[in-house]
Amino acid sequence: MNPRITLATAGRILSQLRHDHRTVALMLLVPCVLLGLLAWIFADSPTPVFDSIGASLLGVFPFVIMFIVTSVSTLRERTGGTLERLMTTPLGKGDLMVGYALAFGLVAIVQSIVATAFAIYVCGLDISGPVWILTAIALLDALLGTALGLLASGFARTEFQAVQFMPAFVLPQFLLCGLLVARDQMPSVLSTISDWLPLSYAVDAMKEVTVNASPEVTKDFLVMVAWIIVSLVLGSLTLRRRTA
Amino acid sequence: MNKAAGRHAVGGPTSTDEAIVVEHLRVQRGKRLVLPDLSVRCPTGQLIGLLGPSGGGKSTFMRSLVGVQVVAGGTITILGEPAGSAGLRRRVGYLTQAPSLYEDLTVRENVAYFARVLGSTEADVTRSIADVDLTDHAEALIVNLSGGQKTRANLACTLVGNPEVLILDEPTVGLDPVLRRDLWNLFRRLSQEGRTVLVSSHVMDEATRCDRLLLIRSGQILSDSTLPELLARTGTEDAESAFLALIDGSAA
Repeated sequence: MNPRITLATAGRILSQLRHDHRTVALMLLVPCVLLGLLAWIFADSPTPVFDSIGASLLGVFPFVIMFIVTSVSTLRERTGGTLERLMTTPLGKGDLMVGYALAFGLVAIVQSIVATAFAIYVCGLDISGPVWILTAIALLDALLGTALGLLASGFARTEFQAVQFMPAFVLPQFLLCGLLVARDQMPSVLSTISDWLPLSYAVDAMKEVTVNASPEVTKDFLVMVAWIIVSLVLGSLTLRRRTA
Repeated sequence: MNKAAGRHAVGGPTSTDEAIVVEHLRVQRGKRLVLPDLSVRCPTGQLIGLLGPSGGGKSTFMRSLVGVQVVAGGTITILGEPAGSAGLRRRVGYLTQAPSLYEDLTVRENVAYFARVLGSTEADVTRSIADVDLTDHAEALIVNLSGGQKTRANLACTLVGNPEVLILDEPTVGLDPVLRRDLWNLFRRLSQEGRTVLVSSHVMDEATRCDRLLLIRSGQILSDSTLPELLARTGTEDAESAFLALIDGSAA
């Protein structure tokens, strides 16, 4: 790996986004629209439902959106021939992986700040813990989505497959993350599986920030960081300089 | 096309007489044995044409040279190092047949990105865009360019690294005659600077532009000589007839 090439790659990916205003607008607006819709659904509810699930969803959106964006854009590198071209240059696999993580991590920071601000100031979300921790969780979440997206794209040969990986990788985690049914109330097999999935920890951390003024999220952070690193390493193994 | 102002010449202690040495190269793609047993040597600093029909193994051969093709057997040595080794990635430039560019970036952004990856300067970016005559379109998005302009932008991304060996897969296909002539003049200039330029084409009349010709068909080198030598050997008037004569000869 080479810092110059890594940064050049991150810069190139951001330039691509800069030319694509509609994608940037969608990445920033869709989470806000969904949060607004959710707050509205529960507007007349006697119990503060939005306060309990709004924050958790702040952890789900960046994960899902970054997963899709990353898996599609890396697949474009493969099918468009730019990956093969890069493989003939001094660029290392890690440069590409970390370049993507840096670029989309930066986008994720902006996205999570916008979505968090919208949830708090427009939708009236009540958060007991510090907002910066909530933003940090959203960032880790987005990086997780990016890392898993990079990994998933390694197994996709066509755009159709890449899009199908979204429900395949993401929806099971969504069902098991504790948003629909608390994790300790699931059948024991499912609760054990959910103990191994990264999105569970993202949602746990978000819940902790919502209810606790001094939240304890160290373990959740460590699990997410471990998943990010493992996914990036596994993802770089799916990149081959030589292909048949 | 601009003069190659500011481009540094190549050569020095690492130069060898033969830039590319291929021995018993064997490549299998799927069930098909694309290159059964290919051996060839390319002298340094020459403009070499790799000619033959589509599906004859040209692209597979070129992919093997730049180290992105899984090879079943044989050895490839480029500038004294095994093909695909890390030390060669800055010294060997590869042009893919289909433009491999970021469609949502401008010409300049594409070239500048590959320049940073290859460790080239801003001056190299401007120079290589000028070399392919795209200065007026430098700020245009790739997606808005014509096919020929994309081909040239693709080439600029290869030239920006100042490679000592250029592996160019069908760079002139589908271009108009004026542009083809300009590009062949550019390839000539690159070889005169001491670079080894291997250009593939399925258009036989491009043979006259080359120092040396490799005729390839069904993964076999039919001929490795200069054009006059080839014409004398086959008793023909042009490369196309010579190629046909060789096929008829090998079939007989």
